[in-house]
Amino acid sequence: MTTITLPKCTIDALVQICAKHHNQPGELINILHEAQGTLGYLPREVQEVIARQLRIPVSRVYGVVTFYSFFTMTPKGRHPISVCMGTACYVRGAETVLDEFKRRLSIGVGGVTPDGQFSLDSLRCVGACGLAPVVLVGEKVYGRVTLPDVEKIITEHSRPASDPS
Amino acid sequence: MSYKMHALVCGGTGCRASSSQGIIAKLRETLETKHLEEEVQVIATGCFGFCEQGPIVKIMPDNTFYTRVTPEDVGEIVNEHVIKGRKVERLLYKDPERRERASDSKHMGFYRKQLRVALRNCGFIDPENIEEYIGRDGYAALAKCLGEMTPEEVVKEIKLSGLRGRGGGGFPTGLKWEFASRYSADQKYVVCNADEGDPGAFMDRSIMEGDPHSVIEAMAICGYSIGATRGLVYIRAEYPLAIQRLKTAIRQAEEYGLLGEGVLGSDFCFSIELRYGAGAFVCGEETALIHSMEGARGEPTMKPPFPAESGYLNRPTNVNNVETFANVPVIITKGANWFNKIGTERSKGTKVFALAGKINNVGLIEVPMGTTLREVIYEIGGGIKNGKKFKAVQTGGPSGGCLTEKHLDVPIDFDNLLASGSMMGSGGMIVMDEDDCMVAVAKFYLDFTVEESCGKCTPCRVGNKRLHEILDKITRGEGEPADIDRLRNLGKVIKDTALCGLGQTSPNPVLSTLDNFLDEYLAHVNKRECPAGRCKELLAYVIDPLLCIGCTLCTRTCPTGAITGNRKEPHRVDAAKCIKCGTCIDKCKFKAISVH
Repeated sequence: MTTITLPKCTIDALVQICAKHHNQPGELINILHEAQGTLGYLPREVQEVIARQLRIPVSRVYGVVTFYSFFTMTPKGRHPISVCMGTACYVRGAETVLDEFKRRLSIGVGGVTPDGQFSLDSLRCVGACGLAPVVLVGEKVYGRVTLPDVEKIITEHSRPASDPS
Repeated sequence: MSYKMHALVCGGTGCRASSSQGIIAKLRETLETKHLEEEVQVIATGCFGFCEQGPIVKIMPDNTFYTRVTPEDVGEIVNEHVIKGRKVERLLYKDPERRERASDSKHMGFYRKQLRVALRNCGFIDPENIEEYIGRDGYAALAKCLGEMTPEEVVKEIKLSGLRGRGGGGFPTGLKWEFASRYSADQKYVVCNADEGDPGAFMDRSIMEGDPHSVIEAMAICGYSIGATRGLVYIRAEYPLAIQRLKTAIRQAEEYGLLGEGVLGSDFCFSIELRYGAGAFVCGEETALIHSMEGARGEPTMKPPFPAESGYLNRPTNVNNVETFANVPVIITKGANWFNKIGTERSKGTKVFALAGKINNVGLIEVPMGTTLREVIYEIGGGIKNGKKFKAVQTGGPSGGCLTEKHLDVPIDFDNLLASGSMMGSGGMIVMDEDDCMVAVAKFYLDFTVEESCGKCTPCRVGNKRLHEILDKITRGEGEPADIDRLRNLGKVIKDTALCGLGQTSPNPVLSTLDNFLDEYLAHVNKRECPAGRCKELLAYVIDPLLCIGCTLCTRTCPTGAITGNRKEPHRVDAAKCIKCGTCIDKCKFKAISVH
C-alpha cells in the first residue's frame, strides 16, 4: 500500500463515513455513494482509506468502483454535461448532439476541458423521453435539443462564476 | 377545510424538467394575491403519462386538462377559469386528427383505449400525502390480508389472478411467492427491484414518484404471505425524486402504524429500507441484484439455488419489480377474478409501456394485455411524427427485438411478443420511422450490452464485443457478405451459452433485425449504401443546383460552416468540413439538399 497523501480532513471525513456504516463491508456501495457525494470522485487513495477501514483488500473496493458506471475515479468539470443516450433520445438524434458537444469542446466522452469548466458524459435515460433529445448540465435539464442549441448551452455556462445561472 | 377546486400539476421528472415547479409556485402566489388560497388547492401529483404535452395542469372537479402550460399562463388560468369559470381554449389539447380541442382526458385519443391499474393513482393524488392514498382505498388491501386472510390464502389469490412479473421475465408472481413461503429461516426478505435499467423505460420511476404507497403496501402484503419481516427497495441512485418520495412515504406509513411493529394492531411486523444501485444494467437480474445489495460487484450467479431458497445474506428472498408490486393491492381489494378477466388467456391484467421515439404522443401508457401494436401506435400514440412512414417498433429494450409492419395486428402479450422474435421486457416501446437505419440501431443496442456486460462469462464478454465489431464494420461500409452469416451464428451461440438473462438475450436486436430487415444489411454490405441515410461513412451531402435558389438559410444554420455560396446563387457543400448532421436538410424549404 502506498503512503496516503490526502489532507487530514479528507481522511477524517472518510473514516467518519465508514464508521457511520459500522465499517461493514456489506455497506461498501453505500459508503462509496457518500464518499463520492462528499469528494466528487473516488481516486485511488480514497479507495485505500476505505479498504483499510473496512478491513478488505483494496482490489475489492477497486472492483466495485470500476464495475458501476455511477462511480468515477476522475473529477468532473465545473459544469458536467451529460447527453442522454437512451433509445428514445438516440432515435431523435442524440448522437449528433453528442458529436457536436465533442466538436465544440474538443473533448471526448469522459473528458474534461483543460480549464476544468466542462466535462462530457453520455448517460442512459433520465426518463424525460417526451423531451428527447435531452441534455443535462449539472441538475439543469435541456429538452428537445437541436444542434444550434449546443453552442447556446455552452455559452450560457461559460459566463463568470458570479453569475447565478 | 374543504376546497371548491383542485389544481393538479404534474410533478414527475419529465414535467419538472420543463418547469412544473415554477407553475406550482406561480399558482400558489397568484391564488394568494386573489385571496383564493382557501378555495383552490394546488397539488403536485405524479405523472399523468402524456409527457409529450407536458407540463400538464388539470383543474378538478370540472376535469379540464391543460397542456404545455408555462408559468406565464398561470395568470390567465386563474383569472379566466378559476374566477370566471371560462376554460382557457388555447391551452386545451388539440386532437390532430379531429382538429378540435378536447377539454378532458376522456375525449382524448391518447387516453381512450387506456386502462390504468398499476398507474391508477399517478396523476390523481399527492404522492407525498398518505391521506390521499388512503382516500383512494389505499392500505385496504393490507388490512384485508391481515384481518381476513391467511398467508396461504393471499398467495392463492395472487396465483389465481394470473399476475406475471412485469420486470422482463414474465414469471408467475403467485408461484414465486409460493416458493419463497415454503422455505423457513430466521429471517426472510422481500426485495423490490427498482433498478430500472432499460434505456427508454421509465414506468417504475413514475410509479414510485406518483404512487409510492402502492409499492410499500404490496411489499408488506408480500411479507405477510411469505413470512418475511424485512423489505428492501433496490433503487437507482440516479432517481433522486423517486428516492425522496419513497423515503417520505415510508416515514408516513410508519407514523400511521402501517409499517413497523404490530402493523394495524396485528402481530405482523414489517419494515422497509432503501438500497442504492450504482448504474449497472445487469443488476436487473435477481442474483446480480442481490450481490449488489450485499456490497459486491453485481455479477450474476448460477441458479439454483434460487433466491427463494438462498438469496440476500443467504436467506430466502422474494424479488419482484415495481410495476408487479403496484398491481398487488388492487388484486387483493377487487379480487383475483376481477383481475384475470382483463387481458389474454396466458397474460392477465394490463401492461405499462413507455412509448417514445418517432411518435406523436410520447408518454407513459397502460393498456390491457391483448391490445394490438396498431392500436398503441396509431390510436394512443397518434401515429408517426412528421407524417413519416412507420418502419419498426422496438420492444423489450436491449434484450428485445424489432417488430415491423407485419406484426402490427398481433395482440400484445408475453407469449405473442416472444413468438414474434421480441419480448415484453420491462415495457420500453421505441417507434422508428423510415429515417432509422436498422443496422445502426442493432449496433446501438450492442454498444449498450458491451458496456454493461459484467465480464463474468466468455460468450457475453467476448462474443458481444465481436458482434459489435462486425456491426461497426458494416456501418462503415467495410462489411463483406460472409459477415451476415457470422452475425447469425455468433448470435445463436451467445444465446445458447451465456450465463444470465443479459447475455442470453443480448443478440436479440441483431437477430431480429437480420430476420426482418435483411435487405438493409445487404445494401450496406453489397452496395456500400445506407438506405435510411443514417450511417455517416456511407453518405455525402449534395445540393441540387437546379433546386437551390440561394436563400442562404442553410449557410446560416450549418454548425461547421461547410456550406458556401452567394445570395441567389446555388450553394455547395464542402465534404471535408461537413459533419453530416442533417440540419441543412431539415431547414431547406426547397428540398434542394439530398444524401447520396
